[in-house]
Amino acid sequence: MDRFLFTFFNGEVMWEYLPKILSGMWVTTYLAAFVIATGLALGLLLAVLRSTLSQKMPAPLSWLAEALRLLIIFFVDVMRSVPPLVLIVLFFYGLPALGLDIAGLGATWLALSLVLAAFAEEIYWAGLIAVAKGQWEAARSTGLGFLQTLIYVVLPQAIRLTVPPLTNRTIAITKGTALGQVVAVQEILYQAYSGLSFSSNPSPLTLGALAYLVLFLPVVVAGRWIETRFAWRR
Amino acid sequence: MSDVTALFFNAEIMAKTAGFLLDGLWMTVLLCLVVIPVGALGGLVVAVLAALKRRWLNIALVIYVDVFRALPPLVLLVFVYNVPPFAGYKISELEAVVIAFLLNTSSYYGEIFRAGIESVGRGQWEAARSTGLGWWQTMGWVVLPQAVRNVLPDLVSNTLEVAKLTSIASVIALHELMFAARSAQQATFNYSPLILATVIYFVLLWPVVRLLSRLEHRKIAAR
Repeated sequence: MDRFLFTFFNGEVMWEYLPKILSGMWVTTYLAAFVIATGLALGLLLAVLRSTLSQKMPAPLSWLAEALRLLIIFFVDVMRSVPPLVLIVLFFYGLPALGLDIAGLGATWLALSLVLAAFAEEIYWAGLIAVAKGQWEAARSTGLGFLQTLIYVVLPQAIRLTVPPLTNRTIAITKGTALGQVVAVQEILYQAYSGLSFSSNPSPLTLGALAYLVLFLPVVVAGRWIETRFAWRR
Repeated sequence: MSDVTALFFNAEIMAKTAGFLLDGLWMTVLLCLVVIPVGALGGLVVAVLAALKRRWLNIALVIYVDVFRALPPLVLLVFVYNVPPFAGYKISELEAVVIAFLLNTSSYYGEIFRAGIESVGRGQWEAARSTGLGWWQTMGWVVLPQAVRNVLPDLVSNTLEVAKLTSIASVIALHELMFAARSAQQATFNYSPLILATVIYFVLLWPVVRLLSRLEHRKIAAR
Protein backbone atom coordinates (compact mmCIF):
# COMPACT_ATOMS: atom_id res chain seq x y z
CA MET A 1 0.00 0.00 0.00
CA ASP A 2 2.84 2.37 0.85
CA ARG A 3 4.46 1.59 -2.47
CA PHE A 4 1.15 2.21 -4.25
CA LEU A 5 0.81 5.61 -2.61
CA PHE A 6 4.43 6.45 -3.27
CA THR A 7 4.01 5.62 -6.95
CA PHE A 8 0.61 7.11 -7.81
CA PHE A 9 -0.02 9.72 -5.12
CA ASN A 10 3.51 10.87 -4.42
CA GLY A 11 2.95 14.09 -2.48
CA GLU A 12 6.41 15.45 -3.15
CA VAL A 13 6.20 14.96 -6.91
CA MET A 14 2.64 16.28 -6.98
CA TRP A 15 3.64 19.40 -5.07
CA GLU A 16 6.51 19.96 -7.49
CA TYR A 17 4.26 19.77 -10.55
CA LEU A 18 1.21 21.50 -9.10
CA PRO A 19 2.14 24.95 -10.53
CA LYS A 20 2.53 23.48 -14.01
CA ILE A 21 -0.80 21.66 -13.81
CA LEU A 22 -2.44 24.87 -12.58
CA SER A 23 -1.04 26.82 -15.53
CA GLY A 24 -2.33 23.99 -17.74
CA MET A 25 -5.78 24.40 -16.17
CA TRP A 26 -5.72 28.08 -17.07
CA VAL A 27 -4.82 27.29 -20.71
CA THR A 28 -7.54 24.60 -20.89
CA THR A 29 -10.08 27.04 -19.44
CA TYR A 30 -9.50 29.93 -21.80
CA LEU A 31 -9.07 27.67 -24.82
CA ALA A 32 -12.41 26.04 -23.95
CA ALA A 33 -14.07 29.44 -23.46
CA PHE A 34 -12.89 30.67 -26.87
CA VAL A 35 -13.98 27.43 -28.57
CA ILE A 36 -17.46 27.65 -27.02
CA ALA A 37 -17.87 31.34 -27.93
CA THR A 38 -16.77 31.09 -31.56
CA GLY A 39 -18.29 27.65 -32.14
CA LEU A 40 -21.78 28.45 -30.87
CA ALA A 41 -21.83 31.89 -32.54
CA LEU A 42 -20.71 30.55 -35.92
CA GLY A 43 -23.16 27.66 -35.64
CA LEU A 44 -26.07 30.02 -34.99
CA LEU A 45 -24.98 32.27 -37.86
CA LEU A 46 -24.86 29.30 -40.25
CA ALA A 47 -28.28 28.02 -39.15
CA VAL A 48 -29.88 31.45 -39.61
CA LEU A 49 -28.14 31.83 -42.97
CA ARG A 50 -29.36 28.40 -44.06
CA SER A 51 -32.89 29.30 -42.98
CA THR A 52 -32.73 32.58 -44.92
CA LEU A 53 -31.39 30.83 -48.01
CA SER A 54 -34.32 28.40 -47.91
CA GLN A 55 -36.77 31.25 -48.53
CA LYS A 56 -38.50 31.63 -51.92
CA MET A 57 -36.59 33.98 -54.26
CA PRO A 58 -36.63 34.99 -57.95
CA ALA A 59 -34.76 32.71 -60.37
CA PRO A 60 -31.10 33.78 -60.73
CA LEU A 61 -30.86 34.62 -57.02
CA SER A 62 -32.40 31.29 -56.02
CA TRP A 63 -29.63 29.34 -57.80
CA LEU A 64 -27.00 31.22 -55.83
CA ALA A 65 -28.95 30.65 -52.63
CA GLU A 66 -29.23 26.92 -53.38
CA ALA A 67 -25.49 26.67 -54.06
CA LEU A 68 -24.69 28.44 -50.77
CA ARG A 69 -27.15 26.24 -48.90
CA LEU A 70 -25.51 23.08 -50.25
CA LEU A 71 -22.09 24.51 -49.35
CA ILE A 72 -23.19 24.95 -45.72
CA ILE A 73 -24.53 21.38 -45.61
CA PHE A 74 -21.27 20.09 -47.13
CA PHE A 75 -19.17 22.00 -44.58
CA VAL A 76 -21.28 20.63 -41.73
CA ASP A 77 -21.03 17.06 -43.06
CA VAL A 78 -17.24 17.26 -43.44
CA MET A 79 -16.79 18.64 -39.92
CA ARG A 80 -19.06 15.92 -38.51
CA SER A 81 -17.34 13.01 -40.28
CA VAL A 82 -13.62 13.85 -39.87
CA PRO A 83 -12.09 13.21 -36.41
CA PRO A 84 -11.14 16.44 -34.59
CA LEU A 85 -7.59 15.15 -34.02
CA VAL A 86 -7.09 14.84 -37.79
CA LEU A 87 -8.35 18.41 -38.28
CA ILE A 88 -6.08 19.78 -35.55
CA VAL A 89 -2.98 18.16 -37.05
CA LEU A 90 -4.03 19.21 -40.57
CA PHE A 91 -4.50 22.86 -39.55
CA PHE A 92 -1.30 22.82 -37.52
CA TYR A 93 0.76 21.93 -40.60
CA GLY A 94 -1.52 23.22 -43.32
CA LEU A 95 -2.24 26.82 -42.37
CA PRO A 96 1.41 27.92 -41.95
CA ALA A 97 2.08 26.55 -45.46
CA LEU A 98 -0.71 28.84 -46.70
CA GLY A 99 1.07 31.76 -45.05
CA LEU A 100 -1.18 31.85 -41.97
CA ASP A 101 1.12 31.65 -38.99
CA ILE A 102 -0.88 29.64 -36.53
CA ALA A 103 0.57 27.88 -33.50
CA GLY A 104 -0.75 24.68 -31.94
CA LEU A 105 -3.07 26.77 -29.79
CA GLY A 106 -4.59 28.48 -32.84
CA ALA A 107 -4.92 25.22 -34.75
CA THR A 108 -6.71 23.54 -31.83
CA TRP A 109 -9.00 26.53 -31.32
CA LEU A 110 -9.88 26.73 -35.02
CA ALA A 111 -10.47 22.98 -35.48
CA LEU A 112 -12.63 22.59 -32.37
CA SER A 113 -14.56 25.80 -33.13
CA LEU A 114 -15.41 24.60 -36.63
CA VAL A 115 -16.46 21.15 -35.35
CA LEU A 116 -18.64 22.71 -32.64
CA ALA A 117 -20.08 25.16 -35.20
CA ALA A 118 -21.06 22.25 -37.46
CA PHE A 119 -22.79 20.30 -34.70
CA ALA A 120 -24.42 23.46 -33.34
CA GLU A 121 -25.69 24.40 -36.81
CA GLU A 122 -27.42 21.02 -37.14
CA ILE A 123 -28.99 21.33 -33.69
CA TYR A 124 -30.15 24.95 -34.18
CA TRP A 125 -31.46 24.05 -37.64
CA ALA A 126 -33.44 21.12 -36.24
CA GLY A 127 -34.81 23.49 -33.59
CA LEU A 128 -35.82 26.07 -36.22
CA ILE A 129 -37.70 23.40 -38.20
CA ALA A 130 -39.40 22.13 -35.05
CA VAL A 131 -41.10 25.48 -34.44
CA ALA A 132 -44.57 25.09 -35.93
CA LYS A 133 -45.29 26.67 -39.29
CA GLY A 134 -48.27 28.52 -37.83
CA GLN A 135 -45.86 30.57 -35.71
CA TRP A 136 -44.15 31.84 -38.87
CA GLU A 137 -47.45 32.56 -40.61
CA ALA A 138 -49.01 34.28 -37.62
CA ALA A 139 -45.94 36.48 -37.09
CA ARG A 140 -45.65 37.41 -40.75
CA SER A 141 -49.37 38.23 -40.98
CA THR A 142 -49.03 40.73 -38.11
CA GLY A 143 -46.63 42.64 -40.34
CA LEU A 144 -43.25 41.43 -39.01
CA GLY A 145 -40.56 40.95 -41.67
CA PHE A 146 -38.66 37.69 -42.19
CA LEU A 147 -35.72 38.61 -39.94
CA GLN A 148 -37.99 40.12 -37.29
CA THR A 149 -40.05 36.92 -37.22
CA LEU A 150 -36.87 34.86 -36.98
CA ILE A 151 -35.34 36.90 -34.17
CA TYR A 152 -38.38 37.76 -32.05
CA VAL A 153 -40.68 34.78 -32.58
CA VAL A 154 -38.93 31.67 -33.89
CA LEU A 155 -35.41 31.75 -32.41
CA PRO A 156 -36.51 32.19 -28.77
CA GLN A 157 -38.67 29.06 -29.11
CA ALA A 158 -36.09 27.14 -31.14
CA ILE A 159 -33.15 27.83 -28.81
CA ARG A 160 -35.11 26.55 -25.83
CA LEU A 161 -35.56 23.24 -27.65
CA THR A 162 -31.86 23.02 -28.45
CA VAL A 163 -30.49 23.59 -24.95
CA PRO A 164 -30.17 19.95 -23.78
CA PRO A 165 -28.57 18.45 -26.91
CA LEU A 166 -26.38 21.52 -27.37
CA THR A 167 -25.12 21.38 -23.78
CA ASN A 168 -24.04 17.75 -24.10
CA ARG A 169 -22.38 18.31 -27.45
CA THR A 170 -20.57 21.41 -26.22
CA ILE A 171 -19.20 19.55 -23.19
CA ALA A 172 -17.98 16.66 -25.38
CA ILE A 173 -16.22 18.97 -27.84
CA THR A 174 -14.75 21.17 -25.12
CA LYS A 175 -13.06 18.10 -23.64
CA GLY A 176 -11.34 17.85 -27.03
CA THR A 177 -8.98 20.62 -25.83
CA ALA A 178 -6.91 17.70 -24.48
CA LEU A 179 -6.16 16.82 -28.11
CA GLY A 180 -4.06 20.00 -28.23
CA GLN A 181 -1.40 18.02 -26.37
CA VAL A 182 -0.50 16.43 -29.72
CA VAL A 183 0.47 19.81 -31.19
CA ALA A 184 2.20 21.01 -28.00
CA VAL A 185 -0.55 23.23 -26.58
CA GLN A 186 0.50 23.62 -22.95
CA GLU A 187 -2.82 22.55 -21.47
CA ILE A 188 -3.37 20.10 -18.59
CA LEU A 189 -2.58 16.86 -20.41
CA TYR A 190 0.60 18.34 -21.95
CA GLN A 191 1.85 19.47 -18.55
CA ALA A 192 0.93 16.16 -16.91
CA TYR A 193 2.56 14.13 -19.67
CA SER A 194 5.82 16.07 -19.57
CA GLY A 195 5.74 15.85 -15.76
CA LEU A 196 5.52 12.07 -16.10
CA SER A 197 8.52 12.01 -18.44
CA PHE A 198 10.66 14.27 -16.25
CA SER A 199 9.91 12.69 -12.89
CA SER A 200 9.55 9.06 -14.04
CA ASN A 201 6.58 8.90 -11.71
CA PRO A 202 2.92 8.75 -12.72
CA SER A 203 1.78 11.14 -9.96
CA PRO A 204 1.68 14.17 -12.34
CA LEU A 205 -0.71 12.17 -14.52
CA THR A 206 -2.91 11.41 -11.49
CA LEU A 207 -2.84 15.12 -10.68
CA GLY A 208 -3.76 15.96 -14.28
CA ALA A 209 -6.73 13.58 -14.20
CA LEU A 210 -7.86 15.21 -10.94
CA ALA A 211 -7.52 18.64 -12.56
CA TYR A 212 -9.83 17.54 -15.38
CA LEU A 213 -12.34 16.24 -12.84
CA VAL A 214 -12.23 19.58 -10.99
CA LEU A 215 -12.92 21.45 -14.25
CA PHE A 216 -15.39 19.15 -15.98
CA LEU A 217 -17.25 17.20 -13.28
CA PRO A 218 -19.31 20.27 -12.25
CA VAL A 219 -20.05 20.92 -15.93
CA VAL A 220 -21.23 17.33 -16.49
CA VAL A 221 -23.41 17.45 -13.38
CA ALA A 222 -24.83 20.83 -14.49
CA GLY A 223 -25.48 19.33 -17.93
CA ARG A 224 -27.48 16.53 -16.28
CA TRP A 225 -29.56 19.13 -14.44
CA ILE A 226 -30.12 21.22 -17.58
CA GLU A 227 -31.24 18.09 -19.43
CA THR A 228 -34.07 17.45 -16.96
CA ARG A 229 -34.89 21.16 -16.53
CA PHE A 230 -35.37 21.78 -20.25
CA ALA A 231 -36.77 18.35 -21.10
CA TRP A 232 -39.44 18.29 -23.77
CA ARG A 233 -42.78 17.50 -22.15
CA ARG A 234 -44.41 14.62 -23.96
CA MET B 1 0.24 28.09 -55.08
CA SER B 2 1.99 25.22 -56.88
CA ASP B 3 4.07 24.80 -53.70
CA VAL B 4 0.88 24.14 -51.79
CA THR B 5 -0.28 21.64 -54.41
CA ALA B 6 3.04 19.79 -54.24
CA LEU B 7 2.99 19.78 -50.44
CA PHE B 8 -0.66 18.87 -49.81
CA PHE B 9 -2.16 17.38 -52.98
CA ASN B 10 0.80 15.45 -54.30
CA ALA B 11 -0.74 12.58 -56.30
CA GLU B 12 2.57 10.74 -56.56
CA ILE B 13 3.10 10.66 -52.79
CA MET B 14 -0.55 9.77 -52.19
CA ALA B 15 -0.22 6.80 -54.54
CA LYS B 16 3.02 5.73 -52.86
CA THR B 17 1.64 5.89 -49.32
CA ALA B 18 -1.88 4.64 -50.05
CA GLY B 19 -1.01 0.99 -49.30
CA PHE B 20 0.52 1.97 -45.96
CA LEU B 21 -2.57 4.00 -45.07
CA LEU B 22 -4.85 1.11 -46.03
CA ASP B 23 -2.99 -1.12 -43.55
CA GLY B 24 -3.78 1.52 -40.96
CA LEU B 25 -7.39 1.62 -42.09
CA TRP B 26 -7.74 -2.11 -41.39
CA MET B 27 -6.59 -1.50 -37.83
CA THR B 28 -9.12 1.33 -37.51
CA VAL B 29 -11.89 -0.99 -38.74
CA LEU B 30 -10.74 -3.73 -36.36
CA LEU B 31 -10.69 -1.24 -33.47
CA CYS B 32 -14.25 -0.18 -34.30
CA LEU B 33 -15.38 -3.80 -34.45
CA VAL B 34 -13.96 -4.45 -30.97
CA VAL B 35 -14.56 -1.16 -29.21
CA ILE B 36 -18.14 -0.39 -30.34
CA PRO B 37 -19.79 -3.71 -29.27
CA VAL B 38 -17.80 -3.78 -26.01
CA GLY B 39 -18.77 -0.19 -25.18
CA ALA B 40 -22.41 -0.66 -26.16
CA LEU B 41 -22.68 -3.84 -24.10
CA GLY B 42 -21.05 -2.08 -21.14
CA GLY B 43 -23.53 0.77 -21.50
CA LEU B 44 -26.44 -1.66 -21.65
CA VAL B 45 -25.29 -3.27 -18.40
CA VAL B 46 -25.01 0.16 -16.76
CA ALA B 47 -28.52 1.15 -17.90
CA VAL B 48 -30.18 -2.14 -16.89
CA LEU B 49 -28.51 -2.02 -13.47
CA ALA B 50 -29.78 1.56 -13.09
CA ALA B 51 -33.31 0.36 -13.90
CA LEU B 52 -33.15 -2.00 -10.89
CA LYS B 53 -33.53 1.20 -8.82
CA ARG B 54 -31.38 0.15 -5.87
CA ARG B 55 -30.37 3.30 -4.08
CA TRP B 56 -26.66 2.67 -3.43
CA LEU B 57 -26.17 0.97 -6.78
CA ASN B 58 -27.68 4.02 -8.49
CA ILE B 59 -25.40 6.43 -6.66
CA ALA B 60 -22.40 4.33 -7.66
CA LEU B 61 -23.54 4.22 -11.29
CA VAL B 62 -24.12 7.99 -11.47
CA ILE B 63 -20.62 8.59 -10.09
CA TYR B 64 -19.13 6.10 -12.58
CA VAL B 65 -20.94 7.65 -15.55
CA ASP B 66 -20.23 11.27 -14.60
CA VAL B 67 -16.54 10.70 -13.78
CA PHE B 68 -15.86 8.98 -17.07
CA ARG B 69 -17.87 11.54 -18.99
CA ALA B 70 -15.87 14.32 -17.32
CA LEU B 71 -12.45 12.90 -18.25
CA PRO B 72 -11.41 13.55 -21.85
CA PRO B 73 -10.95 10.22 -23.69
CA LEU B 74 -7.35 11.07 -24.58
CA VAL B 75 -6.53 11.65 -20.91
CA LEU B 76 -8.06 8.27 -20.05
CA LEU B 77 -6.06 6.59 -22.80
CA VAL B 78 -2.76 8.19 -21.80
CA PHE B 79 -3.45 7.28 -18.17
CA VAL B 80 -4.41 3.66 -18.87
CA TYR B 81 -1.41 3.20 -21.16
CA ASN B 82 1.25 4.82 -18.98
CA VAL B 83 0.26 3.87 -15.46
CA PRO B 84 0.19 0.02 -15.38
CA PRO B 85 3.93 -0.30 -16.16
CA PHE B 86 4.63 1.45 -12.83
CA ALA B 87 2.64 -1.30 -11.12
CA GLY B 88 4.75 -3.89 -12.90
CA TYR B 89 2.43 -4.70 -15.79
CA LYS B 90 3.42 -3.91 -19.37
CA ILE B 91 0.12 -3.17 -21.05
CA SER B 92 -0.18 -3.54 -24.83
CA GLU B 93 -1.45 -0.65 -26.96
CA LEU B 94 -4.56 -2.60 -27.96
CA GLU B 95 -5.40 -3.51 -24.36
CA ALA B 96 -5.02 0.13 -23.32
CA VAL B 97 -7.32 1.32 -26.11
CA VAL B 98 -9.98 -1.29 -25.30
CA ILE B 99 -9.97 -0.50 -21.57
CA ALA B 100 -9.93 3.30 -22.00
CA PHE B 101 -12.70 3.13 -24.61
CA LEU B 102 -14.76 0.76 -22.47
CA LEU B 103 -14.68 3.23 -19.56
CA ASN B 104 -15.51 6.22 -21.77
CA THR B 105 -18.04 4.81 -24.21
CA SER B 106 -19.93 2.63 -21.71
CA SER B 107 -20.72 5.86 -19.80
CA TYR B 108 -22.10 7.55 -22.89
CA TYR B 109 -23.98 4.49 -24.15
CA GLY B 110 -25.23 3.94 -20.58
CA GLU B 111 -26.79 7.40 -20.46
CA ILE B 112 -28.46 6.86 -23.85
CA PHE B 113 -29.89 3.43 -22.93
CA ARG B 114 -31.06 4.82 -19.57
CA ALA B 115 -32.95 7.62 -21.33
CA GLY B 116 -34.44 5.02 -23.67
CA ILE B 117 -35.60 2.77 -20.84
CA GLU B 118 -37.13 5.76 -19.04
CA SER B 119 -39.00 6.75 -22.21
CA VAL B 120 -41.00 3.50 -22.15
CA GLY B 121 -44.29 4.09 -20.35
CA ARG B 122 -45.15 2.55 -16.98
CA GLY B 123 -48.17 0.91 -18.56
CA GLN B 124 -45.87 -1.28 -20.64
CA TRP B 125 -44.18 -2.56 -17.49
CA GLU B 126 -47.47 -3.14 -15.69
CA ALA B 127 -49.12 -4.86 -18.65
CA ALA B 128 -46.11 -7.13 -19.23
CA ARG B 129 -45.77 -8.03 -15.53
CA SER B 130 -49.49 -8.73 -15.19
CA THR B 131 -49.32 -11.27 -18.03
CA GLY B 132 -46.91 -13.24 -15.87
CA LEU B 133 -43.56 -12.15 -17.27
CA GLY B 134 -40.78 -11.71 -14.73
CA TRP B 135 -38.72 -8.50 -14.32
CA TRP B 136 -35.88 -9.65 -16.57
CA GLN B 137 -38.28 -11.05 -19.17
CA THR B 138 -40.17 -7.74 -19.24
CA MET B 139 -36.91 -5.83 -19.58
CA GLY B 140 -35.59 -8.06 -22.35
CA TRP B 141 -38.71 -8.69 -24.43
CA VAL B 142 -40.90 -5.65 -23.85
CA VAL B 143 -38.98 -2.63 -22.60
CA LEU B 144 -35.55 -2.82 -24.28
CA PRO B 145 -36.82 -3.23 -27.87
CA GLN B 146 -38.95 -0.09 -27.51
CA ALA B 147 -36.18 1.73 -25.62
CA VAL B 148 -33.65 1.08 -28.40
CA ARG B 149 -36.10 2.25 -31.06
CA ASN B 150 -36.80 5.46 -29.13
CA VAL B 151 -33.12 6.43 -28.84
CA LEU B 152 -31.88 5.06 -32.16
CA PRO B 153 -30.63 8.45 -33.45
CA ASP B 154 -28.59 8.99 -30.28
CA LEU B 155 -27.15 5.48 -30.51
CA VAL B 156 -26.08 6.01 -34.12
CA SER B 157 -24.68 9.43 -33.25
CA ASN B 158 -22.61 8.05 -30.38
CA THR B 159 -21.37 5.17 -32.52
CA LEU B 160 -20.17 7.69 -35.10
CA GLU B 161 -18.33 9.58 -32.37
CA VAL B 162 -16.65 6.37 -31.16
CA ALA B 163 -15.54 5.51 -34.70
CA LYS B 164 -13.97 8.97 -35.06
CA LEU B 165 -12.47 8.72 -31.60
CA THR B 166 -10.37 5.66 -32.56
CA SER B 167 -8.01 8.21 -34.17
CA ILE B 168 -6.65 9.08 -30.70
CA ALA B 169 -5.07 5.61 -30.56
CA SER B 170 -2.37 7.15 -32.78
CA VAL B 171 -1.10 9.04 -29.72
CA ILE B 172 0.06 5.78 -28.08
CA ALA B 173 1.51 4.59 -31.42
CA LEU B 174 -1.13 2.05 -32.32
CA HIS B 175 -0.81 1.58 -36.05
CA GLU B 176 -4.26 2.76 -37.19
CA LEU B 177 -5.21 5.19 -39.96
CA MET B 178 -4.22 8.44 -38.24
CA PHE B 179 -0.92 6.97 -37.05
CA ALA B 180 -0.17 5.65 -40.54
CA ALA B 181 -0.89 9.09 -42.00
CA ARG B 182 1.41 10.84 -39.53
CA SER B 183 4.22 8.28 -40.05
CA ALA B 184 3.91 8.66 -43.83
CA GLN B 185 3.92 12.45 -43.40
CA GLN B 186 7.11 12.32 -41.35
CA ALA B 187 8.80 9.88 -43.74
CA THR B 188 7.98 11.84 -46.92
CA PHE B 189 8.23 15.41 -45.51
CA ASN B 190 4.92 15.97 -47.28
CA TYR B 191 1.40 16.58 -45.97
CA SER B 192 -0.48 14.72 -48.71
CA PRO B 193 -0.90 11.56 -46.56
CA LEU B 194 -2.81 13.69 -44.00
CA ILE B 195 -5.13 14.93 -46.73
CA LEU B 196 -5.59 11.36 -47.93
CA ALA B 197 -6.48 10.21 -44.40
CA THR B 198 -8.98 13.07 -44.09
CA VAL B 199 -10.60 12.01 -47.36
CA ILE B 200 -10.74 8.35 -46.25
CA TYR B 201 -12.42 9.26 -42.95
CA PHE B 202 -14.88 11.51 -44.78
CA VAL B 203 -15.78 8.98 -47.49
CA LEU B 204 -16.31 6.19 -44.95
CA LEU B 205 -18.25 8.16 -42.36
CA TRP B 206 -20.22 10.52 -44.59
CA PRO B 207 -23.05 7.99 -45.24
CA VAL B 208 -23.45 7.65 -41.46
CA VAL B 209 -23.65 11.43 -41.07
CA ARG B 210 -26.32 11.63 -43.81
CA LEU B 211 -28.31 8.79 -42.24
CA LEU B 212 -28.06 10.55 -38.91
CA SER B 213 -29.37 13.84 -40.29
CA ARG B 214 -32.43 12.02 -41.61
CA LEU B 215 -33.02 10.13 -38.35
CA GLU B 216 -32.67 13.30 -36.28
CA HIS B 217 -35.02 15.30 -38.47
CA ARG B 218 -37.58 12.52 -38.45
CA LYS B 219 -37.40 12.41 -34.67
CA ILE B 220 -38.07 16.13 -34.45
CA ALA B 221 -40.86 15.98 -37.05
CA ALA B 222 -42.55 13.30 -34.91
CA ARG B 223 -42.82 15.65 -31.95
